[in-house]
Amino acid sequence: MKNVLPYLLSGISVGGQYALIAIGYTMVYGILRLINFAHGDVFMVAGILMVYISASGMPIWLAIPLTLLISVLIGFTIERVAYKPLRTAPRMSVMISAIGVSYLLQNLVLYVTGGLNKVYPTIPFISDSVTLTIFGATMTTKMVTVITPFLTIILVVALVWLINHTKIGMAMRAVSKDFETSQLMGIKINSVISTTFIIGSFLAAVGSMLYFTNYPSVIQTSGSMPGLKAFVAAVFGGIGSIPGAVIGAFIIGICENIIKGLDLILIKSGLTKKMMGLTTFSDAFTFALLIVILVVKPTGLFGEKMTDKV
Amino acid sequence: MKKQAMLGKKKLDAGMVITGLIILAVYAAVFILEQIMPSTSMLFTVLKKGATYALVAVSMNLLNGFTGIFSLGQAGFMLIGAYTFAIFTIPMESRAAVYQYYNGGILGFSLPVIPALILAGLAAAFFAFLIGLPVLRLKSDYLAIATLGFAEIMRAIFQWDKLGPLTNGSNMLHTFPNFNSFNIKNAAGETTVYLSTLIPFLIAGVCIALIVLLINSSYGRALRAIKDDEIAAEAMGVNLFHHKQLSFCISSFFAGIGGAMLAMYACTVQAKSFTTAMTYEILLIVVIGGIGSISGSCISSFLFVACSEWWLRFLDEKQVIGTFEVPLLRNGFRLVVFSIIIMIVVLFFRQGIMGTKELPDLFRRRPKTASQEAIK
Repeated sequence: MKNVLPYLLSGISVGGQYALIAIGYTMVYGILRLINFAHGDVFMVAGILMVYISASGMPIWLAIPLTLLISVLIGFTIERVAYKPLRTAPRMSVMISAIGVSYLLQNLVLYVTGGLNKVYPTIPFISDSVTLTIFGATMTTKMVTVITPFLTIILVVALVWLINHTKIGMAMRAVSKDFETSQLMGIKINSVISTTFIIGSFLAAVGSMLYFTNYPSVIQTSGSMPGLKAFVAAVFGGIGSIPGAVIGAFIIGICENIIKGLDLILIKSGLTKKMMGLTTFSDAFTFALLIVILVVKPTGLFGEKMTDKV
Repeated sequence: MKKQAMLGKKKLDAGMVITGLIILAVYAAVFILEQIMPSTSMLFTVLKKGATYALVAVSMNLLNGFTGIFSLGQAGFMLIGAYTFAIFTIPMESRAAVYQYYNGGILGFSLPVIPALILAGLAAAFFAFLIGLPVLRLKSDYLAIATLGFAEIMRAIFQWDKLGPLTNGSNMLHTFPNFNSFNIKNAAGETTVYLSTLIPFLIAGVCIALIVLLINSSYGRALRAIKDDEIAAEAMGVNLFHHKQLSFCISSFFAGIGGAMLAMYACTVQAKSFTTAMTYEILLIVVIGGIGSISGSCISSFLFVACSEWWLRFLDEKQVIGTFEVPLLRNGFRLVVFSIIIMIVVLFFRQGIMGTKELPDLFRRRPKTASQEAIK
């Protein structure tokens, strides 16, 4: 247990960050039936924005809301420009458009940064080191590791409340049930869809602040892997379901980090003698899990069963 | 009426003849240009990479455009093909240098290029068969994400340290035959006949011709039926899973060969370069060319490679017109412009360059309208 604990803790933290991204995927999928491939890149752009805004000398308490605001605007604009014109097009076209947006965002960031790693600014308080004592094991970690799961839970609870108890939440549920009928009932679907993208981008931006605090730098491709993993988490939990996405993200974050440390854990517990190079598989495991869950239970842990209309 | 039908048939052949002539002319031009132009010209880089991408794009089009399977695993199959090719063709005397961390690797022989190419395709097809068993039962976007995940798994497996004696771990494989080794040299070591661009064209040409034959066969018609309506196709007696599996394996076979060609083009193979971004690029080529058009995929892959590697290069450098220095131009700007062009195509010209038409159709259009007028 003592050997596993540090990995478990960072797994929970990463899981929380994935959860914040996964919500954006799952909400968009629930409403538009679209895998928003650009979502991971919105997450990355939020990281880059934070770098540039804080480099411009702005105090951190102003830089954070500004980053959130611009990320939200980017998410909103992407939907209006790239997805709205294709509302009646086949689903594959929209997905291709999403891939195009992802390509554009990455190239745009490549151009702005010149392809260099950008050092992520230190956000006070969450970058501080803390020493924890759990089950008699002492360990030092960043504050962000401790904060992430709580912040994630708070945001998710707020979101679930929003969806279940407000008018816009009710509209969202209606649109995700039946697009056309809800339109006939007088729901302005365009504003509902925009709201979805705004919430998704906001959470992704929050996630990026937590995520990149643990990493030294941001580059144009650093959004794609977390993005894919968050999507896997959303599928794992049953796409369209917010609690499902969160639980899926925590499971994936924990598994991934335990596999990262599996060699050391096994050696320390005396089960194996040599390094096996299993760290290579920490990413692959996520996708293996995805294929297994799709084959065994295609609707995910909490997904609704969908029937095909002929 | 009968005469007109016959006339139509004859004109139909005219379209094919013109297309055949164009293709022949392209091959001749490639051959002649290579003899007279310096081999360092950017043109040849574009042509070699373009031919490689054309093959991969056509193989992806077979899945996405003709069978309606939205697969994003292309980079994974290219990876398998590239590695298989490289592993089997590294000459014995270079193995010690390549596998320097793994005691020269475990393989005690090397193969000539053509068998290795076929083996590359077969290896990719074999993996496609295995992964197809579970994955092909999934629906559209789930299938896309599962194949994408498969490509990532492949990338991790090939980098695994334990497979090092075979795959060289995360180090690169090199000194295997590349396109330049096809150049014919005289005794003094000077190149007499340049074939380094013609050979990729020939390999890609043969493979694409095979795909075209497949599409025009009864299997091809079954695949199109699946694309239009799975349930209707099944009702008509098309075995859905069997045909999807067939299409998936064949597509991966050619993607594997394309991967091997990419290895020859780049002269090195490293697992980390076969990313999801590569699959996206190929998908965008297919979309720009027109989903469901073989000739569209070929044309757009050359355009895509030429734009991204050559024609838009000037955007990356400072340009001064008179005394006015054009703003914004610096490294990376070409890719921004390029991706904006792609977005415009995706949003406003969803048909792509060719739609679902093929090259012969373009030459057939005129006689068709003439015969319609005759009927009026």
